[in-house]
Amino acid sequence: MQNKMVVSDIEREFIDLYKENRSMFEAKTSAPVNEVRKSGIRDFERLGIPGKKDENYKNTPLQPIFRNGYRKYIEQKMVEFNLANVFQCDIPTLDTHMVLLVNGFFDKKNGDFLKELPSGIIIGSLAAASHEYPELFEKHYGKYASHKDGLVALNSAFAQDGIFLYVPEGSVYKKPIQIVNLVMAKEDIMVQHRNLIIVEKNAEAGVIICDHAMTPYKFLTNSVTEIYTAENAFFDYVRVQNEHNNGVQFSHIFVNQEANSNMTSNIMTLHGGVVRNNVNVLLNGEGAENNSYGLYLVDRKQHVDNYIYIDHAKPNCISNQLYKGVLDDSATGAFNGRILVRKDSQKTHAFQANNNILLTDNAKINTKPQLEIYADDVKCSHGATVGQLDGEALFYMRSRGIPEKEARLIMMFAFAHEIIGNVKTEALLNRINDLVDKRLKGELSPCDNCAMKCY
Amino acid sequence: MKKEQNKILSEVTGSDYKYGFYTDIDIEIFPPGLNEDVVRAISAKNEEPEFMLEFRLKAYRHWLKMEIPDWAHLKIPEINYQDISYYAAPKNKKGTESPDGVDPELRKTFEKLGISLDEQKRLSGVAVDAVMDSVSVKTTFQETLAEHGIIFCSMSEAIKEHPDLIKKYLGSVVPYTDNYFTALNAAVFSDGSFCYIPKGVKAPMELSTYFRINAANTGQFERTLIVAEEGSYVSYLEGCTAPMRDENQLHAAVVEIIVEKDAYVKYSTVQNWYPGDKNGKGGIFNFVTKRGICRGERSKISWTQVETGSAITWKYPSCILKGNNSVGEFNSVAVTNNYQQADTGTKMIHIGKNTKSTIISKGISAGFSNNSYRGLVKVVKKAQNSRNFSQCDSLLLGDQCGAHTFPYIEVDNANSIVEHEATTSKIGEDQIFYCNQRGISTEDAIGLIVNGYAKEVLNKLPMEFAVEAQKLLQISLEGSVG
Repeated sequence: MQNKMVVSDIEREFIDLYKENRSMFEAKTSAPVNEVRKSGIRDFERLGIPGKKDENYKNTPLQPIFRNGYRKYIEQKMVEFNLANVFQCDIPTLDTHMVLLVNGFFDKKNGDFLKELPSGIIIGSLAAASHEYPELFEKHYGKYASHKDGLVALNSAFAQDGIFLYVPEGSVYKKPIQIVNLVMAKEDIMVQHRNLIIVEKNAEAGVIICDHAMTPYKFLTNSVTEIYTAENAFFDYVRVQNEHNNGVQFSHIFVNQEANSNMTSNIMTLHGGVVRNNVNVLLNGEGAENNSYGLYLVDRKQHVDNYIYIDHAKPNCISNQLYKGVLDDSATGAFNGRILVRKDSQKTHAFQANNNILLTDNAKINTKPQLEIYADDVKCSHGATVGQLDGEALFYMRSRGIPEKEARLIMMFAFAHEIIGNVKTEALLNRINDLVDKRLKGELSPCDNCAMKCY
Repeated sequence: MKKEQNKILSEVTGSDYKYGFYTDIDIEIFPPGLNEDVVRAISAKNEEPEFMLEFRLKAYRHWLKMEIPDWAHLKIPEINYQDISYYAAPKNKKGTESPDGVDPELRKTFEKLGISLDEQKRLSGVAVDAVMDSVSVKTTFQETLAEHGIIFCSMSEAIKEHPDLIKKYLGSVVPYTDNYFTALNAAVFSDGSFCYIPKGVKAPMELSTYFRINAANTGQFERTLIVAEEGSYVSYLEGCTAPMRDENQLHAAVVEIIVEKDAYVKYSTVQNWYPGDKNGKGGIFNFVTKRGICRGERSKISWTQVETGSAITWKYPSCILKGNNSVGEFNSVAVTNNYQQADTGTKMIHIGKNTKSTIISKGISAGFSNNSYRGLVKVVKKAQNSRNFSQCDSLLLGDQCGAHTFPYIEVDNANSIVEHEATTSKIGEDQIFYCNQRGISTEDAIGLIVNGYAKEVLNKLPMEFAVEAQKLLQISLEGSVG
């Protein structure tokens, strides 16, 4: 991440926009957020948008995307939409507590700005929470998201709202919390929201995030989510990305795990024009365990780039990474995983795997699983494969009367199931199974009954 | 138990470099510094034709515009290229008084290193091109090989005697523009080996080059070029050592291999440059670019390397698999100890159809060293039905060292299969316990396990080298054990 000397036009535009609207941003959120905002714009000015030479963005060139000239969506406007339409995308049998983000701003239609659920869980708008709970923001906000990446710094500078979730000590909430993240506008827009999730000691919670694009315009989302899990906390994170081919999504997740905490993340990329997921995990206490799973099913000219960085900063931690993908048509994919085992992080167990299936000659995958190890009493391994469906297995099924097309589907589904099976909420598991099944058959539009019919 | 084991480990890993002596001979040496005049002087010294000088000058001018690469997982201290002398030759050069033209002092030096410059003795049955500092001292068995039509001589000789071949092949696999060190090498290289195997000829003996750095404050820049015509075969060996000094010395070499249809080149290296002392002082910076191209169908290149020396190693022997059904192999054992750093691996570029490559890399880190594997497997769209298998294991001896793996996999078609797997671990207590239980001491057990771990690669070395490499592993790691 080199220091940049020249500020490009695109970057200048952001910096000017920030200066013009600074007072508006600062009025929206409280002091701890505004402090991070200041360092955000400073760091963005220094770093800029990651360029071609940036090793971390080698497979996803950003400049052409930003050149598209999205209107920066910085002022919340009332968007008229029919909630029933939105719920068609929802998971009918899923019993969740749902909150809604529209174009990066908390939407009040579905509840108050801040709401207390049974067992003391607080959920609601990040902006509102920053005024209500400044001490929590002082302690956590901006503490985990590092500004080494210019895009994260940009988010810190512009973020005004998003979701805030606080799970107090010892509380256990079995019902998952669902965050529906909608982008809808009648022009090309860029949204930048910010989420903060705090799971205190001995607490347990799960979150499902669904990303949807509702109108057929070009959208760019640059979001940052910070997650803190205290000692013995248990947190489950599922994300279903289902946007359309014009959507661009950069999603940065920063996780800080304290001793004996356990976190599982499942990122399902079913659809999206360009998707880049950054997952950064710091295992900051002994006995912490992290499981990161990802599935990407892409076709046409879609592009998915997963970047996972696991930092074993303390001894006796466990980490597991498994990312699998099926690439069809001219889709391109990238996987960039890195495990760092710091000095004295003895007794570390780290595992990392990336498996890919290429269905056509025009599909392309670049994978780079990496290990960086400075402690000796560790068990670390990684693997990566790129291949096709097993011809012998296909033949076996065909010889037993299963048509080739169906046999291929069965095998692809089995391939994907290793990831889907990690979703703990049963209703969601069934729904994702269903979605993946349809997706593989080529029947799925971004939203099942979506008006856009981009398929 | 832990304490005792640490003691044994430090004994095992702390041993001395036995090739660290210095031969006091008269040398002709250029004053330190690098500019166009130095490049011209080197070219003049070797009585080169005009095209070589042009090649060098172009490379030099290009080098001035380049920057030292910083992507490797290495801490490279700043190198002042004006402090290095770019030419040093033992004064008694080839073709002078003594019957075969070799200074007895030099002969003694090479004998001490276990390299026989005497054909009569023919101990090992290996033809040797012995290179000291900037010049080739002697190439043995030239006549015997010439009977088969094989050209084996020093690079300076080849430039004079076979300019057509040099013009055709030099820089064709590794252009001077490739990277910082290839540009530098192309500008100032003074000697090296050239080997040409004509169509259908199987080399009757192993060919080898032995590199020795002797003079102080010099850098060694040599160039090796191997051309294997259709249906030919050669097994090529390379060895190297240097005296123990407190300053670092730079070694920036280039090796190019061209393999035509049905030909097979097997290239083995035992790299044993001076690694520096126990506190990381001194040692050779080994910045080497090695690359081969399988031009014809069913051609094959196999790289085997045992890397035990050098303070810093930056080396990626690579294969461009251009011919259909061509095969590339890379087998490596890299040992780092004390404060050594190694960033080594390979690139397999699959271009032809049905091309296959295998990568076996075994890293062993001890002391305060850092050992990285870095490799690229690239399958382009045209390379249908290609296959790669990579396995990169790391063994950690001690809790202050590091082992890293950075594989890059890029696949661009739907019927190629690429697999990579890697593990990092230390020697298991259960493995040592098992040995102890059967009456094998902990020292012996560690030696046994390390050797067993590297065996897969050591087995690929030619006989003479395998013995040497095994000894070297013992010296590098076992020390008092053996």
